[in-house]
Amino acid sequence: MAGKDAIIEIEHLSKVFGTTLALNDINLSIKKGEFVTLLGPSGCGKTTLLRHIAGFIKVEEGRILMEGKDISEVPPFRRELNTVFQRYALFPQLDVYDNIAFGLKLKKLPEKEINKRVKKMLKMVSMTGYEGRDVNSLSGGQQQRVAIARALVNYPKVLLLDEPLAALDLKMRKDMQIELKEIHKKLGITFIYVTHDQEEALTLSDTIVVMKDGRILQTGSPIDIYNEPKNAFVADFIGDSNIYDAVMIEDRRVSFCGHEFECVDEGFGNNAPAEVVIRPEDIYVLPNPAAGQFTGVVRSCTFKGVHYEMFVDTPEGYEVMIQDYNAFEVGSEIGMLIKPQDIQVMHVSRVENIFKGEMVDSNHVDMIGGVFECPQTGFERGQKVTVRVPYDKVDLMDNVEDGTVCANIDFLLYKGNHYAIHVLTEDGYSARVSTNDVWDKNDMVGIKILPGDMTIEKAEEND
Amino acid sequence: MTKRSTLAAPYQIFLVLFVVLPLVLILIYAFMDGNGGFTFSNFATFAGQPEAIKTFVYSIEVAVITTVLCLLLGYPAAYIMSNSQLNRSSITVILFILPMWINMLVRTLATVALFDFVRIPLGEGALIFGMVYNFLPFMIYPIYNILKKMDQSYIEAAQDLGASPRQVFFKVIIPLSMPGISSGVLMVFMPTISTFAIAELLTMNNIKLFGTTIQENINNGMWNYGAALALIMLVIIGITTVFADSSSNREEDAGGPI
Repeated sequence: MAGKDAIIEIEHLSKVFGTTLALNDINLSIKKGEFVTLLGPSGCGKTTLLRHIAGFIKVEEGRILMEGKDISEVPPFRRELNTVFQRYALFPQLDVYDNIAFGLKLKKLPEKEINKRVKKMLKMVSMTGYEGRDVNSLSGGQQQRVAIARALVNYPKVLLLDEPLAALDLKMRKDMQIELKEIHKKLGITFIYVTHDQEEALTLSDTIVVMKDGRILQTGSPIDIYNEPKNAFVADFIGDSNIYDAVMIEDRRVSFCGHEFECVDEGFGNNAPAEVVIRPEDIYVLPNPAAGQFTGVVRSCTFKGVHYEMFVDTPEGYEVMIQDYNAFEVGSEIGMLIKPQDIQVMHVSRVENIFKGEMVDSNHVDMIGGVFECPQTGFERGQKVTVRVPYDKVDLMDNVEDGTVCANIDFLLYKGNHYAIHVLTEDGYSARVSTNDVWDKNDMVGIKILPGDMTIEKAEEND
Repeated sequence: MTKRSTLAAPYQIFLVLFVVLPLVLILIYAFMDGNGGFTFSNFATFAGQPEAIKTFVYSIEVAVITTVLCLLLGYPAAYIMSNSQLNRSSITVILFILPMWINMLVRTLATVALFDFVRIPLGEGALIFGMVYNFLPFMIYPIYNILKKMDQSYIEAAQDLGASPRQVFFKVIIPLSMPGISSGVLMVFMPTISTFAIAELLTMNNIKLFGTTIQENINNGMWNYGAALALIMLVIIGITTVFADSSSNREEDAGGPI
C-alpha cells in the first residue's frame, strides 16, 4: 500500500490502555497534500491515532513512517509536523506575537526572518494588528486563529488538527471551516484532521477515515463514503439514512420492507442475508399510491429549511424517512419509488450470535461471562462448545438482576421496524440483539437467554 | 440584607480586636516617646545603632538565603511529586507535608538534639539548616499545587513546536509556575524574617536575628522602640508582598493560600 507519494504511513499500529484496545491494527497511508479526516464517535481511537502521529504517545506495536523513514522512536520535538490543539494550548505568559514566534525562536532564526514570517501568518489568519495582545483577552475564534498560525509558521510538512473547531459556536465553526479549506489549498501541505462531526468531515476532506472501537471501518472520499457505506454503522454515522434488513434474492434483485426491488449489486449469491441503506433524499414520493413501487401513510411532516422531512409508515409495518422539497399532508397515502442505483446493499457476515462456551454440567453452559441454563446436551463438564443464539432470542431485561449477565448498550440502530442493538458485557464480550423495545445508548441491562433458544455444538478441536 | 451582614459581625469584631487594633497600637507606640508625646526618636535610635542595623541586614540575609535554598530544594521536589511518571503514589506528598503537623518548636528542639547527637556544633550552619527544614514544606506545597493543575497540553504544544525537554522546562513549565513560586517565596520569606525561636535554639543564642531584637526590647519594657522595629519589619514584608503580587497577577489561580 506504500505509494511513492505517501507522506505518512501507519503499519499495524495497536495500542492498549489498561484493558481496552484503543487502537486495533491500524493501517493507513496518507498522501502528500491530502486533507484527511479521522472521523468517529468519542472513544473510537481517532485522537489516540493523531497523538501517535504527533509523538505524544509512544508507539508500542507497529510503526509510523514519514516520507519512508520510520519515525516511531523520534521524539515529538524532532518531528517535522505541528499540531493545533483542541483547547488551543496558547502559552498564557506570552503575547500573540511571542506565541507564534515560539517555534521559530527555538530554531534560532534571525529576528528579521521571524518577524517577516509571523506577520505573514497573522495576515493569513486575518489577525494583523493583534501582535501585542494578551492571548487571554482574545475570543475563542481568535485564539484558534493564533493556534493555527503558531503551527503553520514553522512550515510543517504535515499539520495535525485535533477537533480544532469543537469549542466554537456553529456560525464561527462554518466560517473557520471555509478558511481552513482555503489555507489548505493555498499551502498545499498535508492536513490530518480529527473530528466527530460528520458534516464537518464531508465539507472539508479529500479522504475520510471512519473509525469505531479502535478500528478503521472505511476509508474513502466523502462521496464514496456517503453513497457507498460499507456497513450499517458507517451509513448511520454519516448523514441520515434508512437502514433495513434485506435478502439478496439473486444478482440485481433485493427484497426488503416486504417488497422486491431492482438494484445494481451483484455477487452476493442467491437468498443471501444483507442490509440496505437508502438515503432519505433518494426516495421519490408520488401523490398517486398506485404509481409507486410501494405505498405508505404520512405520519409526520416537518419543515427543515431547504426540504421537508417526513416519516411514512408502510402497511407492512416499516418506517421510512423521506426528505423532499414538497410537503405531503399527514394522513395521506402516497406511493414511493427508489431507483436501483440509490439502493446500497451491504454484506452481513452473520445472522445469529455465535458464542464460545464451556459446559459446567450437562445442562449449564458458561459463556460471555455468566452461567446459562441450556437444553440437555449430554456433554461433560469442561467440554468446549459453540452456542448459537438468534438475534431476536436474546432478551434484554430492565432490571439488571433479572438477567444472567450484566451488559451495556453500546450501539443501536433503527431498522424501520425494529432496533438492532449491540451490547457489551462487563467482561467485554459482545452480543447482538433484535428487539422492538426502546433502549438508549449506555443503558445497563441484564441479558437473558431461554434454554430453548440455544443451539449447542461441540467446538472444533482447534478452536 | 441586614440579616446577612449580622452574620459577618463576629468576624468583624475579631478582626478589629486582634488585627486592626494591634497594628494601630504598633503604629502609635512607634511614634511615641516614654511620656506619650509624638516623636521620631525611636527611628533615630535605630539609625544610630550600627549593631541593630547589622542585625537587621543579617536577618534579611538569612531570610534571603533560606528562601533561595528552599526554592532550589523545593522546586525539584514539587516537580517530581507532581509528575505522575516520576512519582506514582501520593505517599511522597504526605511525607513532605507530614512535618507541618508537628509544632515548629518541637521540631527545632529535635533538630538541636540531632545536631548534639552527631556532634555538629550549633551556629550559623545549624540555623540555616533549621530554617530550611522548617519552611521547606511552605515552598513545596504552592509550587506542587500549580504544577499538578498545569494543563499537559502546554507541554505538548511546546514539544510540538520543537522544544527539547530542557527547553520545555525553562520556557514553559517555569514561567507557568511563577504564581506558585512567588506564593512559596512569600510564605517562606515572611516568617523567616521575623522568626526568633529557631535562631535562639539552634545557635544557643549566639546569633541574633531581628525578631530576637524586637522580642528582647519588648521583654525589657522598651515598648516604643520595639514597636518602631516591628514597624520597620512590617514595611519590609509589605514591600515583598507587593512585588510577589505583581508577578503572580498574570495567573488568576495562584496555588497558595495567600
